[in-house]
Amino acid sequence: MKIKGKVHLFGSNVNTDEIIPARYLNTSDLSELAKHVMEDADPEFPSKVKPGDIIVAKENFGCGSSREHAPLAIKAAGVSCVVASSFARIFFRNAINIGLPIVESKEAVAGISSGDIISIDFEKGEIINETTGKVWEIKPFPDFMKQIINSGGLMGYIVQSTKN
Amino acid sequence: MNMTMTEKILADHCGKDKVEPGEFIEAKVDLCLGNDITAPIAIKEFEENIVKTGKNSVFDSEKICLVPDHFTPNKDIKSAEQVKILREFAKKYNIKNYFEVGEVGIEHVLLPEKGLVVPGDLVIGADSHTCTYGGLGAFATGVGSTDLAACMIKGTVWLKVPETIHFTLTGKMQKWVTAKDLILYTIGRIGVSGALYKAMEFDGPVIDSMSIEGRLTMANMAIEAGAKNAIFPIDKKTIDYVKKRTKRKFKIYSSDKSCKYISEFIWDISKVEPQVALPHLPENSKNVSEIGNIPIDQVVIGSCTNGRIEDLRLAAKIFKGRKVHKFVRALIFPGTQSVWLKATKEGLMETFVKAGCVISPPTCGPCLGGHMGILASGERAVSTTNRNFVGRMGHVKSEVYLSGIPVAAASAILGRIASPEELK
Repeated sequence: MKIKGKVHLFGSNVNTDEIIPARYLNTSDLSELAKHVMEDADPEFPSKVKPGDIIVAKENFGCGSSREHAPLAIKAAGVSCVVASSFARIFFRNAINIGLPIVESKEAVAGISSGDIISIDFEKGEIINETTGKVWEIKPFPDFMKQIINSGGLMGYIVQSTKN
Repeated sequence: MNMTMTEKILADHCGKDKVEPGEFIEAKVDLCLGNDITAPIAIKEFEENIVKTGKNSVFDSEKICLVPDHFTPNKDIKSAEQVKILREFAKKYNIKNYFEVGEVGIEHVLLPEKGLVVPGDLVIGADSHTCTYGGLGAFATGVGSTDLAACMIKGTVWLKVPETIHFTLTGKMQKWVTAKDLILYTIGRIGVSGALYKAMEFDGPVIDSMSIEGRLTMANMAIEAGAKNAIFPIDKKTIDYVKKRTKRKFKIYSSDKSCKYISEFIWDISKVEPQVALPHLPENSKNVSEIGNIPIDQVVIGSCTNGRIEDLRLAAKIFKGRKVHKFVRALIFPGTQSVWLKATKEGLMETFVKAGCVISPPTCGPCLGGHMGILASGERAVSTTNRNFVGRMGHVKSEVYLSGIPVAAASAILGRIASPEELK
């Protein structure tokens, strides 16, 4: 899988309240959630994000609550991938479980600016900053997580493993 | 065996003699839970996939807890629709532990109180503060809605075995210092990602003399340091607490002396004062004496962190015979109906009302900016809850200062962030 898109850069400790504030959690309607994605971190984000864009953030992205609405809202807004120096653990597993592509790379995040065009090649295991020409290697996911990813998310994996 | 408590519980739940940090396991779950925000997504996924797995019902109707506590009593039509999804699911699959509004409480106060969690259990919850049950010596961790859906089908969860950080707390707690202050202090020392993906194991003389309610308060905020779980020793206090509430049998786990910790901290907490965590991260904790003059608009006492009976007793001790500041809203949120009843019988409610506090039914309401006490632009709250993120309790330009009960109550009276020592 190869993803290419324009970068929206965020800082450290972007929490799930900023990604999707609780005042919108009285629904699980994805198009409703997408209208407010990242609103408390950047009020203009919902209007400026375009399908295929990529979120790049520093340490501990998605810290705070377990709300799966956070990765769901990001995915529903058309964001193609989240690259961060590190992820909070529940956000990380939620993203894997729902099939939102994520990449952890401290080095790459340090070399990416807002507005850059980057591409991520999961087969080759690299991130390319198309704007600057810089390339970084990314670590492959552990085999267990690959099985979930290759099943299209956790439900796909559960359906297959329960049948077997 | 050389294993930590966390490793032993996980090994037992995946049928292995030994597990190592970093290993992926599929573990059997003793109890799973969801609330009115997270369960609707899980239920949708469950219903869409259950037939495809060749099954027609939940893995065990007694091991699922559905706790509509966040926007209840239903704050609007959309919330009512969400709770309805839980209620209909509970009826359809005969879910024993569904709690209607007259029985409900804040999930992490309610479940231990009802004896639904025992030491050594493996509990997952679609709520980040599920780590609370580590206070009872259980392995408990927050997960997402899809994890809950998968668990309701198969009764298992995938986990990466965490490394463990060991905290030994020694010394004597100062007057007005509570379990909440110790966890705020801990997060201040290691940071909001200081325990990312790891287990936080607490012990030492301070923990030995701490009540179960205090341990639950500390374990509750392990997620605020990024941890997977918190775990506390299972001692006589734990056993007494649990045996009063359930007949379920349980196994007593402890860490081997030769187990491996990724890091160890031994802290003398004698000099720690009541803590205040400044906006907008729980790691911004300071001694209350360093805070200076910060006027406030609202105080929130309660939540899954500090909504237990001991918390309300302590608050009442400070409010007794005093008045809330004229321009401060002081809100009391008992954790459960049973806490409410005890507080009434003990006269605490009368103390609160006479002091000028308002008392709510058990709900998560204001803690997450849901309802029942939202902040306006520029307003400041002192709160005994667990998060002070941007906009957490209302307007994006409001501020939340986290504290223990004594500082919150004293601040309500003085109209600024204050220590109870400053009260006349």
